[in-house]
Amino acid sequence: MPTVKDYIRERFFPHIWCPGCGHGTVLKSLITAVMELELSKNDIVVVSGIGCSSRISGYVDFHSLHTLLGRALAFATGVKLSKPELKVIVPMGDGDALSIGGNHFIHAARRNIAMTAIVMNNRIYGMTGGQFSPLSGLGVAATTSPYGNIDYGFDVVELARAAGASFVARTTTYHALQMIEIFKQAFMHKGFTVVEVLTQCPTYFGRKNKLGGAADMVEWFKKNTTPIGSEAKQKDASLIERGVFVKVEKPEYCSEYDKVIARATGRGA
Amino acid sequence: MSGIVRFLQGNEACVEAALYAGVQFYAGYPITPSTEIAEQMSYRLPRQGGKFIQMEDEIASICAIIGASLTGHKVMTATSGPGFSLMQEGLGYAIMAEIPCVIVDVQRGGPSTGLPTGPSQGDVYQARWGVHGDHAIIALTASSHQDVFEMTVHAFNMAETYRTPVILLFDEVIGHMREKLVMPEAGEIPVVGRLRTSVKAGVDYHPYLPREDGRLPMSDFGGEHRYNVTGLFHDMWGFPSDDPRVVHGLLRHLVDKIRNNVEVLTRHKEYYLDDAQTILISYGCSARSALHVVENRRARGERLGLLELQSLWPFPYDLVEEKCANARHIVVVEMNMGQIVRCVKRAVRHPNRVALANRIDGQFITPTDIRNILRLIQGKGV
Repeated sequence: MPTVKDYIRERFFPHIWCPGCGHGTVLKSLITAVMELELSKNDIVVVSGIGCSSRISGYVDFHSLHTLLGRALAFATGVKLSKPELKVIVPMGDGDALSIGGNHFIHAARRNIAMTAIVMNNRIYGMTGGQFSPLSGLGVAATTSPYGNIDYGFDVVELARAAGASFVARTTTYHALQMIEIFKQAFMHKGFTVVEVLTQCPTYFGRKNKLGGAADMVEWFKKNTTPIGSEAKQKDASLIERGVFVKVEKPEYCSEYDKVIARATGRGA
Repeated sequence: MSGIVRFLQGNEACVEAALYAGVQFYAGYPITPSTEIAEQMSYRLPRQGGKFIQMEDEIASICAIIGASLTGHKVMTATSGPGFSLMQEGLGYAIMAEIPCVIVDVQRGGPSTGLPTGPSQGDVYQARWGVHGDHAIIALTASSHQDVFEMTVHAFNMAETYRTPVILLFDEVIGHMREKLVMPEAGEIPVVGRLRTSVKAGVDYHPYLPREDGRLPMSDFGGEHRYNVTGLFHDMWGFPSDDPRVVHGLLRHLVDKIRNNVEVLTRHKEYYLDDAQTILISYGCSARSALHVVENRRARGERLGLLELQSLWPFPYDLVEEKCANARHIVVVEMNMGQIVRCVKRAVRHPNRVALANRIDGQFITPTDIRNILRLIQGKGV
């Protein structure tokens, strides 16, 4: 039986993540999902941008493309459309995916091009030392919001749904088993899939906002999230729902382009 | 020549040439005066199984072609000044990660939105230094549709040979003007294909270890070799590194692979240079007016010559020095405030003999504009 170790590049380790960071949980869940689906390593391309989360692409033994801040989905679109048989996975940070990369995010979703965007949401820019992101939310303390953040945050699920993503889910690093199941569904879905993973940054977000250590932050995910449509949610509207929000079948971009080729060459309708 | 004659726009000639060179993937965003390239690509590429995608902006366009190049395809994008500005980030990435790709900039008047439908040659230095950090770049240009065709094929060949982005600096006049193109036959202009590694599956492949001849064989994403590509300084496996020896070695490699090949990379044309006392140096659309002046004056017995540069970067300093060695007057003809003239002054032995004939009002520079400057420097008054 292969193990997680067979899917990482040991040459790349030790990783750069701080003790208690949630990104390692995402890494292991991603690999576990690939293992359980028995996908071939040669068929997977991991494309990432810049930031702590984006280092994930180097750690996995797949084809890996570590690109520019915010641009991962644009690079990934070129990879996927030019070779649709590849499985493209795009792990991104929250600032990476939705601030500097926000335009690429909504347009990739709009095209419904088959790839998985993983938004590793720790509500902070970690690599640059703790500035607020478009997912930080009101009142958050960060190095660039010393008097409290006045920027509203995006709701990744609603944004992805409105932009046209055909699979949208949310989970947390506490719910690692759910994360694996969601990744498995996302990787096999034919269309643009978005998985938001709430992940902890004890070093910056936790410390700045006095949320305790990594264990406390993971505990917070357990206490403050609930399955979609649960009874608990009806009693307490402040709970964050997790699960699969959107799963629809609709024409996928690369398949539609095949039809364009058929029309252009007179081989199809 | 195939004998097939087409009457078309320069932008269309560029598309014909890209297809001749084997382009398989195009990503772009509409912008005047380059849009016809995207339009033609959207029509032509799928007819031969290629892919066209209209991206959300120019930033995404260059990123998409880099991604498609890594899966083993010949790729291209086209834009104009404002879009070229947005592409600088991706251009730097392609330089650093050594990804073959071709970027067309059909120049218009700038800065900013400038003159969308007016000609200019103001992006020469942007092509050279628009990317932050030390680097080298290849940029070609052309003054006729026949040359647009040839330079476009060369651009793809150089991109593959040197694993680098290559810029085609055309201009609004060349892009939109219609003239004759005699279609070259297949094989008439050599086409360089992707050099792929012969390293077998299971053997350690080094994507960034140059062969003895300096070339770096590639492996397609999706193939047997799984490796890392990054915009960070990296070692021969593509792994990020800040080891001073690695950083130094990579930067030297990126610059030297182009700088050491200036002679091989240089393309130029020359007219009546042998006994020329006054030499015009020009490129792109401006070279058309310059050639007109030279031929006119020659008919009257004046010893004028033209050196037409088709390679702008790396700048052919030695060539310019050699050709201008005996010239009394050197006049650089270009449609900007003086960009290539700076290089010419650095190249020649007597910089004080170099003058600039330019036009910067969004109108095409005419033979009269050049003649006026010639009269002035020859002491004849306007």
